[in-house]
Amino acid sequence: MATQPATLSPSSERSFLQRIRSGDAVAHTLTGMAASTILAVTILLAYHLWSGSSLPRSAFGWSFVTGSDWDPVAEKFGALPFIFGTLTTSLLSLLIAVPVGLGAAIFLAELAPRGASDALTFMIELLAAVPSVIYGLLGIFLLVPFLQSTLVPVLVSTLGFLPIFQGQFFGVSVFSAGIILAIMIVPFIISVSREVLLAVPQDQREAALALGSTKWESTWKIVVPYAMRGIMGSVFLALARALGETMAVTMVIGNKPQIATSLLAPGYSIAAVIANEFAEATGNMHQQVLIELGLVLFALTVLINGAARLLILSTKAGGK
Amino acid sequence: MTEKLETVSPKFTRDPEAQNLNAGSSHGDTPMGNSSVKLAAEHLNFFYGSFQALHDVNLAVKERQVTALIGPSGCGKSTFLRTLNRISETIRHTRIDGRVLLDGADILNMDVTALRRRVGMVFQRPNPFPKSIYENIAYGVRVNGLTKDRSLDEVVEQSLHRAALWEEVKDKLHQSALALSGGQQQRLCIARALAVDPEVLLLDEPCSALDPIATAKIEDLLFVLKNQCTIVIVTHNMQQAARVADDTGFFLLGKLIEFGATEAMFRKPAQKQTEDYITGRFG
Repeated sequence: MATQPATLSPSSERSFLQRIRSGDAVAHTLTGMAASTILAVTILLAYHLWSGSSLPRSAFGWSFVTGSDWDPVAEKFGALPFIFGTLTTSLLSLLIAVPVGLGAAIFLAELAPRGASDALTFMIELLAAVPSVIYGLLGIFLLVPFLQSTLVPVLVSTLGFLPIFQGQFFGVSVFSAGIILAIMIVPFIISVSREVLLAVPQDQREAALALGSTKWESTWKIVVPYAMRGIMGSVFLALARALGETMAVTMVIGNKPQIATSLLAPGYSIAAVIANEFAEATGNMHQQVLIELGLVLFALTVLINGAARLLILSTKAGGK
Repeated sequence: MTEKLETVSPKFTRDPEAQNLNAGSSHGDTPMGNSSVKLAAEHLNFFYGSFQALHDVNLAVKERQVTALIGPSGCGKSTFLRTLNRISETIRHTRIDGRVLLDGADILNMDVTALRRRVGMVFQRPNPFPKSIYENIAYGVRVNGLTKDRSLDEVVEQSLHRAALWEEVKDKLHQSALALSGGQQQRLCIARALAVDPEVLLLDEPCSALDPIATAKIEDLLFVLKNQCTIVIVTHNMQQAARVADDTGFFLLGKLIEFGATEAMFRKPAQKQTEDYITGRFG
């Protein structure tokens, strides 16, 4: 009972128990553990993909990623058509989604009245949360009929001289998958880019306007370059989603392992073939081949994101 | 004065002869001390939504002089300055009521980009673009399409000379403007504003983020610049107003309390409120 409360002697250090209670040590441990799960998951994933695909890696070597024959029954496995399909659909989706997304973000951040902007942004964030299978249905029931009846005939009659718009169109195609992907990733580009644009300091706009710029000159030549790094970040976030998207792509790409010049021809993507064939992959080899495809997709994503990071780091805030 | 100004068509024109119509406000041969009015606010009221920030302000800025606007925080001096190039319009739900005449023409009827080219502005915090020094200055010249007569390089060099920054940056024109010190950045902002050859330069507390040495450099600069254009400066610092300004206006609670020659105002203010403020009894 005679012990004095520690608070009476300010020079004395706080005891271990007190430091635990103060929360610092606990918070440090808990948040550190949370952060280390990221590392653990990444390592586990890479290890599992690597060790799970030892059979085809030793059997095919690099010819796995360069070969283009795919015949599971004959145990012929070439992944190139899938890599090609994944890259083409993703790039096509970016070609469509970047201008649309950036345009919408500029409108919402710079031009629209604040109330309308917030309401639209709410809807955009809702769209970003829609499950991909719903987008797949949208693709089958709305997009494909529209492409067949309207857009593709117009494209063929105007741009039909281009090899990418030639051949028979059956509805399901690389083209359809690219458009569905574009629809799916546009909300990411809009909502992140809008935030980034809104974060540009007001004094930058005022400086540009005070020099006699129009609103558009100030937006396009000052505000957008200022936000360029963040906008690029939003694009790569969207690209990462497009590369790995499975369900919606499977539903509209046609699932035919071929490398066609025409976008109107059916194709196949890495994620789609894993999803389609894994349940039926009976042989050890077939299953491991699909795991190796996962490894390829993982490597592709890491490579592209790494390149993206380098590109963002080399871009100064001014966009030059 | 007012009558003469009103005879001029309120239509904006770049034709120098049309400006000469205006009671002696042409550039050049006006003797000092007898300057004509360059910029005049008449019965100016300003509203943020329903809040009235300026009450019936009447103030005439003389050509090629420095006019300082002083007053405590929130008195409306910056708001007033920001109406003079209509940058106030970038804030939503604001309204200007009354007239502001630039060479006798109402700025509210002008094309706003043309107005802002003629009436430049330097802000409280240095706000260079995150581009190179060269590009910072070239920007305004390019958007206004002013490179017909002179090359861009010449304009950049001349503007940096005018802002007394050339010697410090001539070897690093293509480096980022953000690497400059705060005082250099502010002089770069002045150079950027001067590059489009404004007739009036508005400065909104340009030294408030700067140290005394950088402040002194900007003040020295103002003495030179007033031979080239008309200057209106908002300042928190009464000594600064006393040092640099020919005329001074004192704002309080959105009203222009007193306006006149700086020396007279600081020696013998006409209003009790002005005296209280400049002797440091409040503010």
